[in-house]
Amino acid sequence: MTGKTLAEKLLSEKSGTDARAGDYVEADVDVAMAHDITGPLAFQTFDEVTGDDGELFAPDRTVFTIDHHAPADGVQAANNHNAVREFAAEHGAHQFDVGDGICHAVLVEEGFVGPGDLVIGADSHSTTYGGIGAFGTGVGSTDLGTALATGELWFRVPKTLRFEVDGDLGDGVYAKDLILRFIGDVGFDGCTYMAAEYAGSTIESLPIHERLVLSNMAIEMGGKAGLVAPDERTESYLERQTGNEIDLADAFVSDDDADYEAVHSYDATALAPQVSKPSNPENAVDVTEVAGTEVDQLFVGTCTNGRYEDIKIVADILAGETIAPNVRMVVVPASKSVYQHMLGTGVFQTLTDAGAVIQSAGCGPCAGYHQGVLGDGDVCLATANRNFPGREGSMESSVYLSSPATVGASALYGEITDPREVETKRYDDTVFAEVLP
Amino acid sequence: MTGAADGADGGRPDPAEPGRAWVFGDNIDTDQITPSRFIVSSDPDELATHAFEDLRPDFSESVETGDFVVAGENFGSGSSREHSPLSLVGAGVSAVVAQSFARIFFRNAINLGLPVLICPGADAVEDGDEIHVDLDAGVVTNHTRDETYEAEALPQFLQSLVEQGGLKPYTKAKLDG
Repeated sequence: MTGKTLAEKLLSEKSGTDARAGDYVEADVDVAMAHDITGPLAFQTFDEVTGDDGELFAPDRTVFTIDHHAPADGVQAANNHNAVREFAAEHGAHQFDVGDGICHAVLVEEGFVGPGDLVIGADSHSTTYGGIGAFGTGVGSTDLGTALATGELWFRVPKTLRFEVDGDLGDGVYAKDLILRFIGDVGFDGCTYMAAEYAGSTIESLPIHERLVLSNMAIEMGGKAGLVAPDERTESYLERQTGNEIDLADAFVSDDDADYEAVHSYDATALAPQVSKPSNPENAVDVTEVAGTEVDQLFVGTCTNGRYEDIKIVADILAGETIAPNVRMVVVPASKSVYQHMLGTGVFQTLTDAGAVIQSAGCGPCAGYHQGVLGDGDVCLATANRNFPGREGSMESSVYLSSPATVGASALYGEITDPREVETKRYDDTVFAEVLP
Repeated sequence: MTGAADGADGGRPDPAEPGRAWVFGDNIDTDQITPSRFIVSSDPDELATHAFEDLRPDFSESVETGDFVVAGENFGSGSSREHSPLSLVGAGVSAVVAQSFARIFFRNAINLGLPVLICPGADAVEDGDEIHVDLDAGVVTNHTRDETYEAEALPQFLQSLVEQGGLKPYTKAKLDG
């Protein structure tokens, strides 16, 4: 019998079975999350299965956020926000409000999620939590609504597709470029039903905010989860960031002889900055292939690349410079604490001096609802995760995806620009912990 | 359309009974199953009147309780909206047979009590063929062509979920038990 993958071990533990890929298990959920779009439907399911006096399986491990349409951009959104507030208050759950930030940023920063946890979120980017060694996965409203009542949910234990990366990333090349390349190589459905696992010396040396990028976009290749084995880096990051005590003995890593569906190997030194062309994340090419493409809008933010380190990379490039004429830049911090760091460290001033518009923390225009949607014919370069037709507005607009550094360099010239043509920085996990003035 | 009353709480059609196959291609996404302009409703019967409306307008008019949807690869890709499988429940579809499914559609269908079967040989079924499905054995039988196709038998746990009408009745029973 071969060893087990991280996914097999974690789901074995949570289900009290000896689970292998392909098995169906009912597992205990550690944390459940929904937001202003998916929450109301899940509440209906919860009320239906529990009757009028339902109780949450664990109010202290249930989190609701208001991030997608925040602040409310219409009456329907405002009503949904009220539904979230009322349900959270009635049942004693944690609730984050307008301006607090995106669910996936908040749950990590505020310490709701830790290594070894099983996390379900009524949002497809719940794979993000894999970056700190939690099994995070996106579920539907019926799934979430019933799990809120029972604390359990059924899972098919996934096979694992492993991505092994060795070597140092070059200047101007980041985790975003790695994941766009992975998606380009295996395709939009190349990891369907499976967990992605990222490993190798490059991944081990990545700071946590970069690992979270890889995990976040596992869903863009169909992945059920995007996992990185938690290590000392994870432990020290979370302890510093959240004040929680982390015990890696409660977490899981794959055995050396675990059985993978396939292993894809990469040499990080050979990777160029990547850009995904419209209208699918799998259309990833070297930046040199699309350099010179004129853009109308630049968007920095989202649960993929809206962290402080991401925005600081853009600010470093734009310091003392002015954004090209006829180009607009929208910056949306992923969380309130990112927003406050930007204020405290001067990043906010640098960006506004360069001509950027900075919005309150949340999802921004990523899903095409508000705060900078695109018109007919508009071309946007975004640090986001999806570029489907009409994703950020008009069906006649188009979205390219890249790293923050590529967006920052492109802002200087008003066209897609190779970030290796400018000076780019790279941040470790301690920059977010800078002492505020 | 007949039989739209067989919603999530009514009796589900029995996939062992033969029915007409409605055949679709690869990569049918949730927008093609339930165009997003109709998802303001979450009523199965209402959603059923718009199922496949842009792709195949005759579907909602002619589908009968006990019919089957047969599709190619990656059926139900795209958003996580439950309106898509719910519209097929409302239409009285007995089961969905496809060469492969997008993960969240597969989950959502099972959770709503709609049997879904992965069948690599499903592309041999022609539109209008009469088929039935043996969920235990994982076999699709084509009466029109006198052929059978092997499918992945629905695991015991998922079968019991489907038999109980999906995740909500299952959870209710668990909470009451």
